[in-house]
Amino acid sequence: MNSVLKLILDGEALDTAQIGKILGLGAEAVDRELAALRQQGVLLGMRPVLNPSYESEHRVRAVIEIKIRTEGVGGFDGIAERISSFEQVESCFLMSGGYDLLVVVTADNLYKVAGFVHERLARIDGVQGTSTHFFLRAYKKDGFIVNAEASRRDQPSVSP
Amino acid sequence: MDSSGRFVARHVATLPKSGIRDFFAIVSKMKDAVSLGIGEPDFVTPYHIREAAISSLEKGRTSYTDNRGTQQFREEISRYVAKNYGPEYDPETEILGTIGVSEALDILLRSTLNPGDKVLYHEPCYVSYAPSVTLCHGEAIPIRTVAADQFALDPAALRAAWQPGCKLLILNFPTNPTGGTADRSKLEAIAKFAIEKDLLVASDEIYSELTFEGDHVSIASLPGMRERTVFLHGFSKAFAMTGFRIGYACGPAAVIDGMLKVHQYGIMCAPIMSQEAAVEALRNGRDSMLHMRDKYRERRDFIVRRFNELGLKCHLPRGAFYAFPDITSTGMDSMTFAQKLLEQQKVAMVPGTAFGAAGAGFCRASFSTSYEKIHEAGERIARFLDTIPRR
Repeated sequence: MNSVLKLILDGEALDTAQIGKILGLGAEAVDRELAALRQQGVLLGMRPVLNPSYESEHRVRAVIEIKIRTEGVGGFDGIAERISSFEQVESCFLMSGGYDLLVVVTADNLYKVAGFVHERLARIDGVQGTSTHFFLRAYKKDGFIVNAEASRRDQPSVSP
Repeated sequence: MDSSGRFVARHVATLPKSGIRDFFAIVSKMKDAVSLGIGEPDFVTPYHIREAAISSLEKGRTSYTDNRGTQQFREEISRYVAKNYGPEYDPETEILGTIGVSEALDILLRSTLNPGDKVLYHEPCYVSYAPSVTLCHGEAIPIRTVAADQFALDPAALRAAWQPGCKLLILNFPTNPTGGTADRSKLEAIAKFAIEKDLLVASDEIYSELTFEGDHVSIASLPGMRERTVFLHGFSKAFAMTGFRIGYACGPAAVIDGMLKVHQYGIMCAPIMSQEAAVEALRNGRDSMLHMRDKYRERRDFIVRRFNELGLKCHLPRGAFYAFPDITSTGMDSMTFAQKLLEQQKVAMVPGTAFGAAGAGFCRASFSTSYEKIHEAGERIARFLDTIPRR
């Protein structure tokens, strides 16, 4: 794996100058690597991982299971791409199993999510049914344990 | 006034405190210190190993075990050691489960030393070797290792340090704090000398899986050495299991039997849940171990390059997770350097002298920590060095 990518995936908060120092490259070389990764479509973007309890004061998040009919509406891809284009949609996946698309949406409040499902999703030709589940509490997100106290380690700061 | 000091035995009262303790007291009170002083993995024990301990508790396995450890534990140790180090040990008579290598070494010394017996060990080294010998009324004789030699034990230095009355030789490769290793040819020369002088060898190979350059060779695997070597190993470093306090000793039956006597009266047995977690580590822990080793190696390359860029000459440690830069260019001794660095820039490194007189002029920096911390420590050390006229 690309060494820059490997370092980013470790989840440490490092800027390009720091990454450059660690890998023995200049910051410009790291920028070039990152640009190349974006161009190749490997790296879609980089975002901070927020504590969901902070986020939840301002946003609600829901996961929506969607059953679709593919005939005459451009197949899975057509519908999935249409749904992905909504700004409320954070992620969208084609799934195996009891439903077809799994969509994660965020909105200011519960009513806005409900409105999105009614007025947007349900009206898309090919959408046969939806099932919406709201997130209540997060315990782990993107590899980070949310409750720092739960993951606290009593490791001494100096040991033999 | 507390006058209870009169009850403390002379050889304990005169034993110096570990140089690490004072440091720990200061660092633990500092809020934003960056510590490179941690002598243990920064990884949490791999999940499947923790799961084995949890499962053991759930099954209600909370009893004592055989003093030596469970049959299963000893059989897995036997297989693991034969596969990875060479020598085959009988789980019935030649293997003893212990509370880490610390206990294993302690009971080895207690069961083999008569008062006044001399013990050779190479320095800089783990903080407890010499004190453990003293506590057994033995005499610890250091053999100096040097940076020019990447802190490998020079057989000629061993020969020069030997004196009548030497009974035991303690080896620790890869070495804490230097990352020194011993290649086959050096070990062969050491083995030859041990045979010539009829020395028992205690080989602490706790860092052996974390060997980054070349293959680790155990002295126990060399001709004529199995019968005079006690192979000491544990799970703390390779499998990130320090808190489990679990290790083992493999060696000739009579020596293991002597150790067992001390162990059964002093300890009874290692905790059963730790033994069960250790069995899982021995059976299925290799992938996790290799993953951690790769991470250590990457961090090693960064920290060593950084020290050298900063003008603190640092050899490439061939194993373990410590860099051991030479700080003499600052004109300070190890303790002054470490204290000032801590006071002025809040970076904790352990003075080399905590690991014996041969550590003078060096400090130990653990790279078992995040890139963020190593990077930040590097920036702070650079600022610190800017304030010092350099030689």
